[in-house]
This record gives sequence, C-alpha cells and structure tokens, in this order.
Amino acid sequence: MKPGQAQLAAGGALALVLVGMAALSLVWTPYPAEAIDVAHRLAAPSAAHLLGTDPFGRDELSMLMVGARTSLAIALVAVLAGAGAGIPLGALAAALGKWPEQALMRAADLAFAFPALLTAVMIAALAGPGTTNAMLAIGIFNIPVFARITRAAAKSVLEREFVTAARAIGRGEVSVLLRHVLPNVAPQLLVQASIQFALAIVADAGLAYVGLGTQPPEPSWGRMLADAQTYVFDRPGLAIYPGLAVTLAVLGFNLLGDGLRDRLDPRLRGRD
Amino acid sequence: MNRILALALAGALAASTAEAKDTLSLGMVLEPPHLDPTAGAAAAIREVTYANLYEGLVRIDAEGKVRPALAASWSVSPDGLTYTFRLHRNVTFQDGSPFDCSTVAFSYGRALTPDSVNAQKGLFEPIRSVTCPDPHTAVVELKRPTASFLFGMGWGDAVMVSPRSIAADKTHPIGTGPFRFVRWVRGDHIVLERWPGYWGKKPALKEITFRFITDPNAAATAMLSGALDAFPNFPAPEVLARLRADAKLRVVVGTTEGKTVLALNEAKKPFDDIRVRRALAMAIDRKGLIEAAMSGYGVPIGSHYVPTDPGYVDLTGVYPYDPARARALLAEAGVRPGTQIAITLPPPAYARRGGEVIAAYLAQVGITAKLVPVEWAQWLDTVFAHGDYDATVISHTEPRDLDIYARRHYYFHYHSAAYRALWEQYQRTTDPKQADVLLGELQRKLAHDEPNVFLFALPKLGVWNAKLHGLWHNSPIPANDVTGVSWGK
Repeated sequence: MKPGQAQLAAGGALALVLVGMAALSLVWTPYPAEAIDVAHRLAAPSAAHLLGTDPFGRDELSMLMVGARTSLAIALVAVLAGAGAGIPLGALAAALGKWPEQALMRAADLAFAFPALLTAVMIAALAGPGTTNAMLAIGIFNIPVFARITRAAAKSVLEREFVTAARAIGRGEVSVLLRHVLPNVAPQLLVQASIQFALAIVADAGLAYVGLGTQPPEPSWGRMLADAQTYVFDRPGLAIYPGLAVTLAVLGFNLLGDGLRDRLDPRLRGRD
Repeated sequence: MNRILALALAGALAASTAEAKDTLSLGMVLEPPHLDPTAGAAAAIREVTYANLYEGLVRIDAEGKVRPALAASWSVSPDGLTYTFRLHRNVTFQDGSPFDCSTVAFSYGRALTPDSVNAQKGLFEPIRSVTCPDPHTAVVELKRPTASFLFGMGWGDAVMVSPRSIAADKTHPIGTGPFRFVRWVRGDHIVLERWPGYWGKKPALKEITFRFITDPNAAATAMLSGALDAFPNFPAPEVLARLRADAKLRVVVGTTEGKTVLALNEAKKPFDDIRVRRALAMAIDRKGLIEAAMSGYGVPIGSHYVPTDPGYVDLTGVYPYDPARARALLAEAGVRPGTQIAITLPPPAYARRGGEVIAAYLAQVGITAKLVPVEWAQWLDTVFAHGDYDATVISHTEPRDLDIYARRHYYFHYHSAAYRALWEQYQRTTDPKQADVLLGELQRKLAHDEPNVFLFALPKLGVWNAKLHGLWHNSPIPANDVTGVSWGK
C-alpha cells in the first residue's frame, strides 16, 4: 500500500459524506430545518424523525444536514481567506528578506502568541456575532499560519539552483515566485489547508457554542450543542449527534491532511 | 447525679442548636449593576436589598399585600388626599444616622426632583408635599386621590435612604433593615450579615451570600451538590424535573408579576398599523410558545396584567392563534410576504428561546424575523432608553404597571388619548367598585389595541433545600426577602 493511502481513503470518505450531506441539504431535508412543531417536541428517534426532535420540535437530522452546510461554508471561506492573504505575505517575506521579512514574521509570531480560538472569539466579539464575522474571525487567525509555512518553504526553494538559473536569465522576483516557488510549495500548502479546515470547523463550532457564530434560526452544530446542555439528562442524543458530527468532520479532514502529506512528501514518495 | 445528667444534656442541646445552620447561600442569575434601588430599574438590585437591607414606610408581603414597615400605622383622609404615617421610634440607619420624618421628606423629595434618577418617578408624581408636624409623624399631601399610591410606596424604589450615606449607596449600601452590607466581590457574590442594631424583629439567619450564576447547568449542579441552599428564580425550566427528583430539594412553581410581551416599536412602520399588531398576535400560538420555550411553565395573558392580580380580566381569547387570519390582515395592511423585522433579545432564556420560537411562528405568516441577541446593558441603552428597535421580547416584572401605557415617553411609543383618560380616571377613583370596573376597561383597551403582543405570565421557579422555611413562593414584587427565612429539621 502506498504511504498515507489508508488515511486518504478514510479521510476522503468522511469528508465526502459530509460534503454530500451538505450538498443534499441544499435541495432536500426530511423537514424544513427551521420549522418548529411543538406537539412533537423532544420526540425520540422514530421513522418520522430518524434522530428525533429538539425542544422546539425541529427535526434533528434536518438541522444536522443544514448545520454541515453552514460549517463547511464557514471553514471553506475562512481557509481560502487565510490562504489568500497568508500565502502572498509569506512569499513576499521570503523574497524580500531583511527587515520586511523580520517585520512580517514578528507580526506572525505575535498573532501566534494568542491561542487561535481566543483570537477568533475576540474578533467575533468585537465585530458582532454572525456567520460572516465568524468566517472573518477564523480567516484572520489562519493568515499567520499560511504566511509562516509559505515563507519557510519558499526560503528553501529560493536557494535551489533552478531559481538562481531563472534569475540569471533575467526573470523578475514576482515571476520567480509565481512560476518556480509556488508550484514547489503547493503540496505543503494543500496539506496545511486541510488541517486548517479541520481546525476551522472546531473554531466555528466553538464560536457558535458561545453565541458568537451563526445566529438562530439558522442551524449550526455549535449552537445545537449549547442548546442541548440543559436537556442532556433527558435527551442525550441532542448533544451526542452534533458532537459526533464535529468530531467526525475534524477527524475526516485531519486524516485527509495526513494522507496527503504522506503521499506528497518527496522523502516518502516512491517508497511503496 | 440527675442534675449533672440534666446539665450535660442541656449542654449537648445547646451545642447542637449552636451548630444549627444560620447562614444562607442564595443563587441569582443576574448580578445587580449597583445596590441603590432608588437609582436604577434592575430587578437584581431589589433581589438583594429589598426588605433585607432597605425598608420603606410600608412594604409588600409575600402575598402582594401592603404591610406596615417603618410606619407603624397610617391613616388616610376621607378625600384621599392626605396620608398621615406614624413612624417607629428609635430607628437608626446601619451607620448610626437617625431615621425620622426628615428622612421621609428627604427620600421622597429626592425622587421628586427634576433630575431624579429614580426608575419609577411616576410613583412619586402625585405627591404635593411632605410635612413633619413632629419627628415621628410624616404627613404626605397628594395632588389628587391616587388609588395605587400606598402600594407604590411599598416598592423597592420608595425605600428610605439617609442623606449621610446616599452618595455611596451604590457600592456600600446603608439602610434601616435587619441585614447590613459586608462585601461585594464583583462577578461572584455579595455578603450581608445580621445587624444587631435593628429596630424590629431579629431575623433567624446570621449571614446571607448572594451568588451570581448565569449558566443553568452550573446552577443545577450547585443546587444538587448543596453548594447553594436556594435558587428562588431558577433559570432553566427544563431542569426542574431533575431537581424535583432529589429528596433534599424542594421545587416550588409560583407566580410573578412578569408580563412577558413581544414589545413593538409603534414609532416605526409597520407596527404603527393596528392590523399588523393584531396579525402578529394571531400568528403566535401562546400555548405552543410556553410549551417550547418554558417547558410548559407559564400562563397565557391577553393584556398587560397577570391572572394573580386583583381585578384581572381574561382576555386571552381576543386574538386567538389563527395564522390564516394573520396572513389576511398583513396583506390588508400592505405588509408583503418576506418582510423583515428585527427582534432584539436580552439574555434571559425566556427571551432568547422565546424569540426563536416566535421567529418560527412569524415565518409561517411570511414575516422574516432577524434575531439580535444583546447583553442587558445594551438592551437597557438601545431599546429601553433610546427606543431604537423593531421588536423585543421582555418580561415587565413591575407589579400592576398599567401606567406605562399612559406615559408620554416610553420605549414602545404607544399613544392613546383614550387610554390616558381612562388611566387618569382610574387613578382618581376612590370608590373600590368603580376602580375595579375601570381596571377592567384598561385591560380591555390594551387587549383591543395590542400595543405589544401579550404572551404569558412569567412563572417563579423556586428551588431550595427542603429544610429551609420562609422563602417566598410567589413574586408579587422583585425581591428575595430572607427576613423570615429559617432552617428547620
């Protein structure tokens, strides 16, 4: 078996289920996820409600499906935003060197000094709760992650002979970065992106849990968990399902990242 | 020998009574912003200080009746304009300053000044003058007969404060009550202790700690573990079943004065249209709301009045749940499906959860409700002080406060000359029968106009150690009066 294949398969499968669930929720859910049905509140799982209903009589499964969509959308935008700002900054730092590099990296260190989730909570608290601000908050704490890894990878590529050769034939720094450096650091960034994606899902759930993420009535896993707290003795399922959803999503994207790393790592490549 | 045995036995008994618990640890959801009930509307101020630390001339008891406090007795002139209070003698404040008629003149006068920060200036508005024929008699002259005057003087807003300590009352309160302030650890707890210099009956408890716990799960755990002795206003109705199952605890579901409403800003479109307000009322199933948001605890109301108050008229049938009729009314008023409104939600669960359920009901009639959760300070500022909102879910806990709809400036901007006239007439009436009729009229007028969507009477969900006696079962006014609380066997 090729390195990382098992992780890739398992992670890919989990991610696929999640994405499938989210995609399906765009066109179909068993019930409208926001529709309440007081007569059937806190119903146990049955044929009518596969995972039962919540204290307002909303269908758990429908909420989980729409919650997957919310969660994935936030994670995707946050990672893209973090990468979009972090990669150019990191590449620039590596190419410019000297004080701009120092300044950028010290700024990144400063950002790292704060726990990521705390940063997100702080940003969301300042900007106000909501889906967009959650994306923004998680995106911002992703910037230094991508900046650092890009810089480190780019530094080593910049010292390689083919870069010197490219410079020798008169290519500009921007062109060198785009045509020679980025393609070489892309695999590492892809791996990092999937790990950051998993972290973003946890961060989103955390923000929603403390009331700073997606606002009701739109379903989100973190808020489902928070709402389930006081019902945990009567209906443990209400806490278990969203908790399990977050866990599996994080596991899936982490495995995917691990698998990708093993697969793309040149030192491991060809050792099958 | 027998004598020695008897002595030993008496000693043992004395020891055991000495060991009997005389402290109380009481849980509250909200921490008071400060401790001066004459300078702030927050119910939490009263929940710490009322009857325990501060006293008024009269007080409201557990049943909502007016009882003597610092005034031993009083008489009212036949025209209803002159109240003569005979004050208790030898009363001092906890800092040693004396209490007499001049204190009454000071306390009421302070509430009456134009720059008064009293949250219930309306209670004092009828007062023309306070005079002191002798230090132990206070004569209060009114501008007009006011049926609710004495009841109002029993509120936390009308307690006696000393000119010597008033400046520091917010952080270091000084009253005439049986408990005095010891310390306040912000964000955590407030401690009061029995004050030996109290003029009246000595309370059984020596020390009370008010602990502030917002999280319902932490509150439940604290009650189950015995870390707290009482949580008189328990925040999470869904947890009561679990607490009830514990034999050490007693769960008492009582009533409050809380009129929970979906308050509407009538200064804004479309809420200025009575058809829209009626449509909103008919779009919300109150029973369903109580079931979903309050686990079934709570009683539907149809006007700004709770069933436990005198003269209550059941008006819950005026706008019954009827989504089809609601949709028709909205169409008639020109409110298109998909219209968005914002509902501002303060922190209590009845508001946050209630808001979510209301949003779902409104969605059924084509109104998209955007839920805006806010903290208390923000709610008080934007909604209550500045009237900057569309709609909000809030429980008005002041008792019999029909007057707020007669005010010229109030955050829901309801202006009805007819209602105002009715209110003034009611205030002037001295005949109890006529007053009762007018009280009914006031409730009907509100139910008809539906300035706010009247939802339900907030229940008092009390949980305490089964050995505790004397805590209030109902909440006729916001208070945690522990002056009569004791530990039993």
